[in-house]
Amino acid sequence: MNDALTLLSFGDAGWGDEIAHGVFITVTLALATLPFGLLLGLLIALAKRSSEPSLQMAANLFTTLFRGLPELLVLFLVYYGIQTGVSQLFKLLGYDAYIEINAFISGIIALCMVFSSYASEAFLSAFQGIPKGQYEGGYALGLSRFQTLRLIILPQLVRLALPALGNLWLILLKDTSLVSVIGLADLVRQSGIAARVTKDPFLFFGVACLIYLLLAMISSIGISRIENWSKRGEQAR
Amino acid sequence: MKVADHFIEPRPAVITAARHQWTGARITGNVLMALWIIAGASLLYYLGQNVFSPFTAKYWPKYVSGFQTTITVVVISILIGAAVSLPIAMARASKYKIFSAPAYAYVYFFRGTPLLAQTFLIYYGSGTFRDALSDIGVWWFFRDAWYCIVFAFSLNTSAYQAEILRGAIQNVPKGQWEGGQALGLSKPVIFLKIILPQALMVALRPYGNEIILMLKSSAIASIVTIYDLMGETRRAYSRSFDFQAYLWAAVFYLIVVEGLRRLWDRFEHRLTRHLTR
Repeated sequence: MNDALTLLSFGDAGWGDEIAHGVFITVTLALATLPFGLLLGLLIALAKRSSEPSLQMAANLFTTLFRGLPELLVLFLVYYGIQTGVSQLFKLLGYDAYIEINAFISGIIALCMVFSSYASEAFLSAFQGIPKGQYEGGYALGLSRFQTLRLIILPQLVRLALPALGNLWLILLKDTSLVSVIGLADLVRQSGIAARVTKDPFLFFGVACLIYLLLAMISSIGISRIENWSKRGEQAR
Repeated sequence: MKVADHFIEPRPAVITAARHQWTGARITGNVLMALWIIAGASLLYYLGQNVFSPFTAKYWPKYVSGFQTTITVVVISILIGAAVSLPIAMARASKYKIFSAPAYAYVYFFRGTPLLAQTFLIYYGSGTFRDALSDIGVWWFFRDAWYCIVFAFSLNTSAYQAEILRGAIQNVPKGQWEGGQALGLSKPVIFLKIILPQALMVALRPYGNEIILMLKSSAIASIVTIYDLMGETRRAYSRSFDFQAYLWAAVFYLIVVEGLRRLWDRFEHRLTRHLTR
């Protein structure tokens, strides 16, 4: 037991600081993906609700594609795809350089694609929960389409979409573990290094799992707080 | 007293925006579709060019065997997971804390941690207990990546399936239990013959989603040296440095996942046809 504590301690003897850094990378990656994913997901949901068939089709193709591919494959496609694409472009321009794309950026892009295609479904079903009269009320007040969306629909949409989005956040948090494969020093990778060096894999991967559980618990508490906040108008009645 | 002093003439109907107008949405939609078509066409052209290249001649058979591995792993894991999920779901729904608390912890653990970390915990983590595992004679099981993957996937999917099953069973109205009891049936018979069939009907859709999720997450097997579809892809890329390795994999995965989704939709539609009016 003391052995385990020494191994997990901060400082030279233990791996605590390395693992803490991995946690930091994992959380930062998930938090950095979230705003882009939400925005893109909302735009895709709006496109799917549009009366314009070409816009609908473009949005549907996007979600079919990124919901049909394994997350790991999307990550590789983005990571190596950008690398290959950019170096081909440089070759065309006459440079011959080895390009390496930042694993963190690739991770954000790949996770954002996957997250947004699932989030668009969440937004879409939330949109269906908003009665048509809400739009009509907005138009009757003389608000423009964008103003109606921003001032009347979105505040209600957030409340309806939150449970599904909370689940997606938990999935996103777990999916960040995949970036360890393209060399980003996240929680899984740091634990893997520690496990290989100390020859105590069960301890480190067990700790990694427990940290993921802890993150999930903290997120659940946060999500239920946000849900309560979004429902504050309902409780007054 | 006359209230209305003049008659309002009927007005012409408001002319709604003609369909042929180039609105912002229409332009955006067309541009995006054009981009998709260009991307799709260039992908088809690129892959079509390479259908008879040495790359496909060399690696296509490997893709096929990788695909078989993927399907085998997924099918076995789903089946074992289904068998394990039933007692877990029952324990989870039990009113006794002794049963429900561990079942809850089990489900929470496997749903709250990434499959990758679970796989590493089982595959690499078992090395910590090598001596103990050798002593009880199961080291051969944990030494082999294939067994470990199936083990990890089965445990993972059993937790998800248990939740699906529990939700579906609780969804069956209480009157069904009471009706069974009124007929003098014993509890196991009511459960197996009345409750479970109805619950499975409700659970069809989430089960389909779970199978698709499993098929997609099975790509994780490639990280622990299993040559499934993803594993063969990574091997092909690391040997040839040819990006088409990943493009082919994307095409295969997309066809399989989308095909399975459509097939399951039909299957569900067929099985629930007595419920639609």
